[in-house]
Amino acid sequence: MSDTGIGARVKRKEDKRFITGKGRYTDDVRVDNQAYAAFVRSPHAHARVNGIDTSAAEGMEGVIAVLNGNQLTGDGIGNLICGWAVSSKDGSPMNMGPWSALATDRVRFVGDAVAVVIAESQALARIAAEAVEVDYEELPAVVQADKALADGAPQVHDNAPGNLIYDWEIGDAAATDAALEGAHHITEMKVVNQRLSPNPMEPRSAVAIFDTAEDHYTLYTTSQNPHLARLVLSAFYNVAPEHKLRVIAPDVGGGFGAKIYIYPEEITCLWASMKTGRSVKWTGDRAESFMTDMHGRDHITTARMGFDADGKITGFKVDTIANFGAYMSLFSSAVPTYLYATLLSGQYDIANIHCNVRAVYTNTVPVDAYRGAGRPEACFLIERMMETAAREMGTDPGELRRKNFIDTFPHETPVIMTYDAGDFSGNLDKAKAAADVAGFAQRRAEAESRGKLRGLGYSCYIEACGIAPSAAVGSLGAGVGLWESAEVRVNPVGTIEVLTGSHSHGQGHETTFAQIVAERFSQPIENVSIVHGDTDKVQFGMGTYGSRSGAVGMSAIVKAMDKVEAKVKKIAAHTLEASEDDIVIEGGVVKVAGTDREMGWHEVGLAAYTGHNLPDGMEPGLKEGAFYDPVNFTFPAGCYIAEVEIDPDTGDCKVVQFTAADDFGTIINPMIVEGQVHGGVAQGIGQAMLERVVYDDDGQLITGSYMDYQMPRAEDVPFLTIEHNTTVCPNNPLGIKGCGEAGAIGAPPAVINAITDAIGDNDIQMPATAQKIWRALKGRQTAMAAE
Amino acid sequence: MTDLTLTVNGKRVTRDVPGETLLSELLRETLRLTGTHVGCDTSQCGACAVHMDGKVVKACTMLAHQAAGTEITTIEGLANGELHPMQKAFNDNHGLQCGFCTPGMIMAGVDMVQRYKAEGKTLDEAAIRHELEGNLCRCTGYHNIVKSIQQAATEM
Ligand code: FES
Ligand code: FES
Repeated sequence: MSDTGIGARVKRKEDKRFITGKGRYTDDVRVDNQAYAAFVRSPHAHARVNGIDTSAAEGMEGVIAVLNGNQLTGDGIGNLICGWAVSSKDGSPMNMGPWSALATDRVRFVGDAVAVVIAESQALARIAAEAVEVDYEELPAVVQADKALADGAPQVHDNAPGNLIYDWEIGDAAATDAALEGAHHITEMKVVNQRLSPNPMEPRSAVAIFDTAEDHYTLYTTSQNPHLARLVLSAFYNVAPEHKLRVIAPDVGGGFGAKIYIYPEEITCLWASMKTGRSVKWTGDRAESFMTDMHGRDHITTARMGFDADGKITGFKVDTIANFGAYMSLFSSAVPTYLYATLLSGQYDIANIHCNVRAVYTNTVPVDAYRGAGRPEACFLIERMMETAAREMGTDPGELRRKNFIDTFPHETPVIMTYDAGDFSGNLDKAKAAADVAGFAQRRAEAESRGKLRGLGYSCYIEACGIAPSAAVGSLGAGVGLWESAEVRVNPVGTIEVLTGSHSHGQGHETTFAQIVAERFSQPIENVSIVHGDTDKVQFGMGTYGSRSGAVGMSAIVKAMDKVEAKVKKIAAHTLEASEDDIVIEGGVVKVAGTDREMGWHEVGLAAYTGHNLPDGMEPGLKEGAFYDPVNFTFPAGCYIAEVEIDPDTGDCKVVQFTAADDFGTIINPMIVEGQVHGGVAQGIGQAMLERVVYDDDGQLITGSYMDYQMPRAEDVPFLTIEHNTTVCPNNPLGIKGCGEAGAIGAPPAVINAITDAIGDNDIQMPATAQKIWRALKGRQTAMAAE
Repeated sequence: MTDLTLTVNGKRVTRDVPGETLLSELLRETLRLTGTHVGCDTSQCGACAVHMDGKVVKACTMLAHQAAGTEITTIEGLANGELHPMQKAFNDNHGLQCGFCTPGMIMAGVDMVQRYKAEGKTLDEAAIRHELEGNLCRCTGYHNIVKSIQQAATEM
């Protein structure tokens, strides 16, 4: 291993600009003639819009224009769409309600935009937005997913009777029922996976620039996938044809899913820049982030898992209601189906699984993918069931899992996934050893002597990443292919630029991608730069989400490097008068193996561009592109063990020890991979103990700021112990599985299993706040006193 | 509009800014020092942290005019020819991912190390975590931020 190659802990190349304050985020962009947008948003969860009076606002200082939804749709701007078609089990298509970037006749959640003010400054725009008079006629609202399905519930969309978007199933219902019928033991649970707000620290922002001479638009935006944004803005929202629209996602301050989507604000800013002939900038404040960034999770699930007398799982039956909020967001339909139900086999060999999912509308912010997207909900359910079953059956929770682990690969689950590689027992062993599970009884006794309750919980997660084979997802309803592209350009002086369709917003691609290139071509890592995030520079790409940039994005780079290498070898063989097969790239040079005949890497570059002496018929230049389409999902898996300590007097709970043993396949940079686990686990601890989006029954958002929505802080998480147990992914060239979401997927059940272990009460829903824990302990004391 | 004079990163500046201008706006919009970030509207996240007369303040929570006559240091003014030990420590320990919280984390880190040194107290892990209560990071899980500050504390 070289000190900058695959497996090296290379310090990040991109850090310097961030630690010196020179990062360039969207809100840092300011252009000549800058104008500012402020949105007029609905204060009601559900209302008819009977009229909008903009006259007062229009007369105010600095106001350039006040624009509304009728003007927007009148100009042919299309409705926002969900790009993944999921049909109900009876074959009927999903019921997608109309979603205009600016609502015309009806608002469906608090924060739904109805108009926009464009003014000379942000402050003036905001003041004028307050003066826009909207005549609302309030309608009854529905907030909770199960209540939305009840008879007589307020109807969110006219074309979705009963608020039902789809009623979908996977697996064999009859076989699963039969398996449960004959089970020796059945574990039954109701699990709520609460609604979360992704909360990247950088609020969303957009700067739209319309060039009147060229009819050309430029959009700077906080996006995880600028190319997809351009495609959708062009093909579906009719904002501008693709060749007249450049989308730039510069430095982006975290995404976690919330910045995958193309939002009403971006559409509106582009359109408003054309309407006003001014560059239009909008930067949300945190209140707007809570009110309008797509939320995550929000499932209500009941499930039954059957075991035979030996403790082997015989069947798993799941019924889930998924809250989609007021509109169907871009990938919303895929989350509780193909990213959730297809993972319900977990790490276990289960012959019979059936899952039914009903997706519903409510008067809340739309829900879509948030770090993990469907997989955290699946993992939480399975791992809570396993821990609970072990307790009910009086067996060791780790060993019950082991008994059911899949141990031969490939393994086809009854929910259409084919796991390609893994070592689940090995992960468990590694985690148990690192967490010193053997010493837990002693630690628990010691905690007790201090008056503290100590508990330990497991979670053995698996996820499907590296999304995804385009034909496979196409057959499941996806509107796009999920390949990735790359272009490798060797300059005449031998330095290298890699253009990638992936987008880095914290993942460190400028370093890890450079590592694989530097190693392959035996070049100093400083001579490699990574270009991303600009549709004028990179031709196309699918962006970064679903832990796909390593498994898919890097694979595309490898494919392009294969082509570059082939050409380099041809040029060198020609110049050095040797056979191509004898040419090797090593030690910074291109040489004939076993001889001292060599060319400098830069000499090959120069030869390619001068074109003075190339093999017959060879085109000059040294630049190759590739599209990589994965052949399967990848399956990162691992075992997490959490230990908590609880103060029984206050319910105060601390995660005192957290051990992760992950199998991510090949690791390019362990430092960066561990960082991904740290962040993911912190978000998982946040979900388990702190975070929850709350609406009141009228649909008012209660958690609208950091005063009410509890983000994990430095004191809420411990130092983590991280182990790796690598099995190589057989389906991509580098053997990568992906690591971006594992922490957020695996951590919540480990923490809740530890808390319920500590307090001896299994009935607690996330977030397990101090108050809930205290109440559970009180309840138990009362019950014990009564016995 | 009212004249405001203060020192920013060692340079004296005078600007005519409205009374309601926040210090963060003065830095970002008027002086175009965009390294100071704004991540919230309730003084909770610390992305806007700068130093005023050597002490950390949240620039989103102060009026620009309240800083009249003071010396402000922003993330852009921290390096003195070479990186400040806190900046270097964040790079050494992978203390940042998306970088958005980073300027605030670094300014808060420098402040806490200086304060503890001045008071002769040890800045251990628990103290660092406690001191970071006004700074949110969504990416790093704080693990490597704490390590970065630990390293810088030994080098400053
Ligand atoms: S922006 Fe100042 S504390 Fe959040
Ligand atoms: S590094 Fe992204 S918020 Fe801290």
